[in-house]
Amino acid sequence: MQKLLSHGRIASEHWKRLEGGAARWLAVGEDGFVPDFPYEADLIVPVAVLKRRADELFSRQGSTGVLLEAEDDPRTIAAHLERLSLVAIRFAKFSDGRGYSIARLLRERYRYGGELRAVGDVLRDQLLFLKRCGFDSFELREDQDPAAALVAFNELAVTCHARAA
Amino acid sequence: MYRYDEIDQRVVEERVAQFRDQTRRFLAGTLSEEEFRALRLRNGLYVQKHAPMLRIAIPYGMLSSRQLRKLADVARTYDRGYGHFSTRQNLQLNWPRLEDVPEILAELATVQMHAIQTSGNCVRNITTDHFAGIAPDEVVDPLLWCEILRQWSTFHPEFTYLPRKFKIAVSGSAADRAATAVHDIGLMALRNESGETGFRVSVGGGLGRAPMIGTVIREFLPARHLLTYLEAILRIYNRFGRRDNLHKARIKVLVKERGGEAFRDEVEAEWAHLKDGPATVTDDEVERVRSRFTRPAYEKLAEEKMGTDPIFLAWRRRNVHPHRVPGYAAVTLSLKKTGVPPGDLTAAQMDAVAGLAERYSFGELRVTHEQNLVLADVRRRDLHALWSEARGLGLATPNVGLLTNIIACPGGDFCSLANARSIPVAQAIQQRFDDLDHLFDIGELDLNISGCMNACGHHHVGHIGILGVDKNGEEWYQVEIGGSQGRVPGAAAALGRVVGPSVSAEEVPDVIERLIDVYLQKRDSEAERFIDVVHRIGVTPFKDRVYAKTAQPRAHRERALEAA
Repeated sequence: MQKLLSHGRIASEHWKRLEGGAARWLAVGEDGFVPDFPYEADLIVPVAVLKRRADELFSRQGSTGVLLEAEDDPRTIAAHLERLSLVAIRFAKFSDGRGYSIARLLRERYRYGGELRAVGDVLRDQLLFLKRCGFDSFELREDQDPAAALVAFNELAVTCHARAA
Repeated sequence: MYRYDEIDQRVVEERVAQFRDQTRRFLAGTLSEEEFRALRLRNGLYVQKHAPMLRIAIPYGMLSSRQLRKLADVARTYDRGYGHFSTRQNLQLNWPRLEDVPEILAELATVQMHAIQTSGNCVRNITTDHFAGIAPDEVVDPLLWCEILRQWSTFHPEFTYLPRKFKIAVSGSAADRAATAVHDIGLMALRNESGETGFRVSVGGGLGRAPMIGTVIREFLPARHLLTYLEAILRIYNRFGRRDNLHKARIKVLVKERGGEAFRDEVEAEWAHLKDGPATVTDDEVERVRSRFTRPAYEKLAEEKMGTDPIFLAWRRRNVHPHRVPGYAAVTLSLKKTGVPPGDLTAAQMDAVAGLAERYSFGELRVTHEQNLVLADVRRRDLHALWSEARGLGLATPNVGLLTNIIACPGGDFCSLANARSIPVAQAIQQRFDDLDHLFDIGELDLNISGCMNACGHHHVGHIGILGVDKNGEEWYQVEIGGSQGRVPGAAAALGRVVGPSVSAEEVPDVIERLIDVYLQKRDSEAERFIDVVHRIGVTPFKDRVYAKTAQPRAHRERALEAA
């Protein structure tokens, strides 16, 4: 079953994670070169790889996305935002709320307009707040029911906060 | 008080439906214990020793008669016919059934009430001065700002999963009756030279295991910037507050680790981006909120009729407080009668108090962080009649500001976090100091009791603070003196210092009596309060007396008996 929600509906996945961790893609081999990226795939890469090999990534045919951890500073990818098609923020635990602030920073301070995805411990009962901070796609945790989760977006239709803001 | 508009009403109704579904999924087993825990906590529902505990929000302590009647109704129908007012101006029910909670919330929503964010790692109920809007020494009425903060913080999407709970208090007068210095954010509303409203902002105050007085990071923040500035503080905290250790997760630890100045610089840098943004509090927004507040229609009144009954006069001295409008007064209904757990009120009393509020105080009342109720707008000429009625209800103990007006958490009788019980200790002290003349002679004294380090009973800021500790499975009590919530203008809030080794429950009243003896001997006049003497002579003379090897004479009481 698909576990991806995008713009309010169940969606299919076209992004691939770069396998093997950042170190593998930054290590210089015996031939004196770092490994080549897949040319056509839409790739989500760690911040360290993006920072070191941005030009190569963006000159591929496939799109490039980046995965931020909760402790990453969104400022470090600000220069690349115009060329990034996806920014994913990982929630190691649903109760770790740092990603909410990162999302607002990306949207409001750095004017990021592309896809902003929550990944990791992403559960139905947090979706509404994630959306309100600027996330528009959600890679649900394995045990979540995506159809049921869609309902969550309509649970609190209004907020005092939205009015005050 | 503030009346909901359609949006406020819809928010609480939708929250009821959402929580009903979350509870249903939990009971059906599709929502795990841990995940439901985070959801129920932010709706005020704890699982306690005997049963769940539901904490109902009373935003900044304001309550109408209609709401109090509903609370009485809920306490009768779904609980055991009483409730407990907490130090955060909320009401706690100790025995609801988890399955009934959605229904309770639905009932509350019909009177513009809820349990939103009364627990959990989010912005909690905003608290303020229980004399807000009526105190003669008030510079700015904090109620309006409390409501603006309530609306802003309710379901604020960015700050729903903070490292730890977050408490904000607002005061609008120099006498800080809201204990702002010991809050995560303390706001002192004030006016600058040109008459503009603003706030002095302190951060990182708190009680709990590492008590701390907040650091002032801004002397004057113009009011329109209130929310953007708070967003900057909360964002820094949300991103950089410690999440690796529950006991180091409060903002006070971050402020301490960074240093006050560095923290302020970080906040100011963040704020530079947020300032004048969408969360700016415009004049229109202030007006919108202001226009939904009802205000009492005060009459022009002649002087009061004085009663002459000495007990009435004692009550009038302790429980009646000045009002900015001539002919009116604020009245504290004491929930600290000897023999009753501090802060508890039965459903029948709630109904009766709702009636008193209707007849004597425009149908409104307030909950104080000292766990009493206040009728804020009483005609002075009605004081005697009100007193007679309150007395009949057991709510006229003339002890506000005195030793027996004990702040106490529910303690080991109810709370699963507690090391020791609070209520029996409070009752034993109240019994020991039951003599009214003696109590008045001792004068102003705040005595606060917490059953554990979490300090829900605010023991650190009691003139005498008592902390329950666990020693090999037994209940012991540590005594502190010299704490203060900063209620007297010009006197800063202070944290108490431990007197010495902890003592058993039976010894507590004796220890208190010895502390009082030292005070009575050392004070230079009746005007010098217990706390003043502690600050003047230090802890040592008190310590020497409490822990003296020779058996202490049972001080005042026995001496008084012998003399009689």
